Amino acid sequence: MKTLYDKLWDEHHIHSFDNGYSLIYIDRHLIHEVTSPQAFEGLKQAGRNIWSKKSIMAVPDHNVPTKMRENGIKDPISKIQVDALDKNCKNNNLLKFDLEDIRQGIVHVVGPEQGILLPGMTVVCGDSHTSTHGALAALAFGIGTSEVEHVLATQCLLQKKSQNMNINVVGEMPNYFYSKDLALLIISKIGTAGGTGFAIEYTGNAIRNLSMEARMTLCNMTIEAGATTGLIAVDEKTISYVNGKPYAPKEEEFKKASEYWRDLKSDEGAHFDKTIEIDVSKSSPMITWGTSPEMAVAVDDKLPDLDDERFISKRDDLVNAFSYMGLKEKQNVNSIELDKIFIGSCTNSRIEDLRVVADIVKNKKVAKNIKSAIIVPGSGLVKEKAEKEGLDKIFKKSGFEWRSPGCSMCLGMNDDKLSEYERCASTSNRNFEGRQGRLSRTHLVSPATAAAAAIHGHFVDVREII
Amino acid sequence: MRKFKTFESIAAYIDRKNIDTDAIIPKQYLKAVTREGFGENLFDDWRYLEPGNLGDDHSLRKKNPEFFLYNPKYRGAKILIAGDNFGCGSSREHAVWALMDYGFDVVISTSFADIFYNNCFKNGLLPIALHQQQINKLIKVTGSNENLITIDLSNQIIQTKNFEIKFNIDARRKEVLIEGIDDISETLKLSDKIKDYENKKALKTPWMFNS
Repeated sequence: MKTLYDKLWDEHHIHSFDNGYSLIYIDRHLIHEVTSPQAFEGLKQAGRNIWSKKSIMAVPDHNVPTKMRENGIKDPISKIQVDALDKNCKNNNLLKFDLEDIRQGIVHVVGPEQGILLPGMTVVCGDSHTSTHGALAALAFGIGTSEVEHVLATQCLLQKKSQNMNINVVGEMPNYFYSKDLALLIISKIGTAGGTGFAIEYTGNAIRNLSMEARMTLCNMTIEAGATTGLIAVDEKTISYVNGKPYAPKEEEFKKASEYWRDLKSDEGAHFDKTIEIDVSKSSPMITWGTSPEMAVAVDDKLPDLDDERFISKRDDLVNAFSYMGLKEKQNVNSIELDKIFIGSCTNSRIEDLRVVADIVKNKKVAKNIKSAIIVPGSGLVKEKAEKEGLDKIFKKSGFEWRSPGCSMCLGMNDDKLSEYERCASTSNRNFEGRQGRLSRTHLVSPATAAAAAIHGHFVDVREII
Repeated sequence: MRKFKTFESIAAYIDRKNIDTDAIIPKQYLKAVTREGFGENLFDDWRYLEPGNLGDDHSLRKKNPEFFLYNPKYRGAKILIAGDNFGCGSSREHAVWALMDYGFDVVISTSFADIFYNNCFKNGLLPIALHQQQINKLIKVTGSNENLITIDLSNQIIQTKNFEIKFNIDARRKEVLIEGIDDISETLKLSDKIKDYENKKALKTPWMFNS
């Protein structure tokens, strides 16, 4: 009896070394401009070739401008990096979606959208949020640049098998509690190192009821719990999601593949090294208040009480976080006023996210105290779809800026960032010190909570304003 | 990769848990296309009082006198001691490059994030996981007059004037550091096995090899 992770591992296992390591085959390699130039350079210096060019998909996303794109990349240093990706892909004849291509977008939005990565594959990228693709039951994880080079040269990685963790989520998810809230709830319970050394599989009726995009959001945030891999078994939703995607198999081959995919689930009675059960039926939307994704509270709760016994061992961290964030213990969540709103990132920039936002902001205006509220779709195709549905008009009428796709303010490598001490409701994945700009203050929330905050200028319980 | 040799150094201690790779090397420096020169920007946000960018002359930026590495007692430290869950967050290998470029050869913590830990061994940086009590003993050493610490990877020993600590590391990772092994060359020795695997899989799951 095997877990899903065991099955994916065994299926890609090439060789066992007597030191406990294995050689694992990699089916898909996603590449972006930030973590790849040194790998291509290393390959060149060593005089090595790319093992499998057709396993690679490249797209610039981290450094790209999200407005006035027709003017090209203004920042000369960013331009060098994007040009380097261009050159490396052209020289090696690799599949790449250029800035002008409607398929361009955030690598973790584009990959599934194109059907380039499929259930049962091993997928890597020099980016920790590669965990996203576990939503398709792909064994997907982030790697460093040396390993990018290793995969380019050998199509393999040397790996030690992780332990298996099961997070079983039961109960019906309440209205306005999304998979982003679920992710933050899980991280607040197990901590940012809770999943270190594990591959997590999410199971339970609450997971089965999630859409594919919502599953991607949850798996995406798995790395914030310390696990590089977050998996969800294949079901009919997975198969119908893949069906018709440009690079997915077609017709007879699709049928054959579907049969194979349907077995991508843990066997009944398979052994997990650790199991956690979470009942979400009474959960509230979540927000992070501090400088680590685990520093999260329910929107109807107060910020932590430093005298609370549960926080004794973490007191210094909490004091530090309160100070950095300019907040006080026991403060009400709805007393937190905001400067900027960011809706986007590989966590929450897909069409369903945008629809949720549009529903909430329709016929309402962004509050006067909000200096800027930007919506950055995950890909050109998401953007196109949103525009066909008229969502862009709703956003613009409400006072949001409607941008072009990229990682944008999630990490502020382009011009989209926070100034010092600015406070942002962000649908991204990290609230670390300085993440969105030096001395910036980030609150991680779902698109619904970010949208509600945009309208009110401070955090509100989205359930109360509908 | 250079070979890891036994050495003696003082250790610098930062009393902070969950140090993420964004803190170790902020985003704006990831625009570089080489592996060198990140040391000047190690812990950049904590270290300078003014913002900085790739290509700036960082010697002109106002320094934070409180920054732990500016403490004279830590000058020249090749060993970094930090709180739990070091290296969490982004997969950026630049974090390892920055630590090494600054001069660190060893990082000691109770635990490391998986991707960071892996990245260390690709570059010759040794991460050592110890129990909190053992770390507490080492922290005392950093504040004392007899603050030299020897890191002996071959024998897996941290030696100080008054005590020694044995540490665990898996045999393969140890060998990689001591011999300076290039993983890619090792893997390419198995090229035939990789090709066999591809041939078998192309029959079983041909759609995985479409493009």
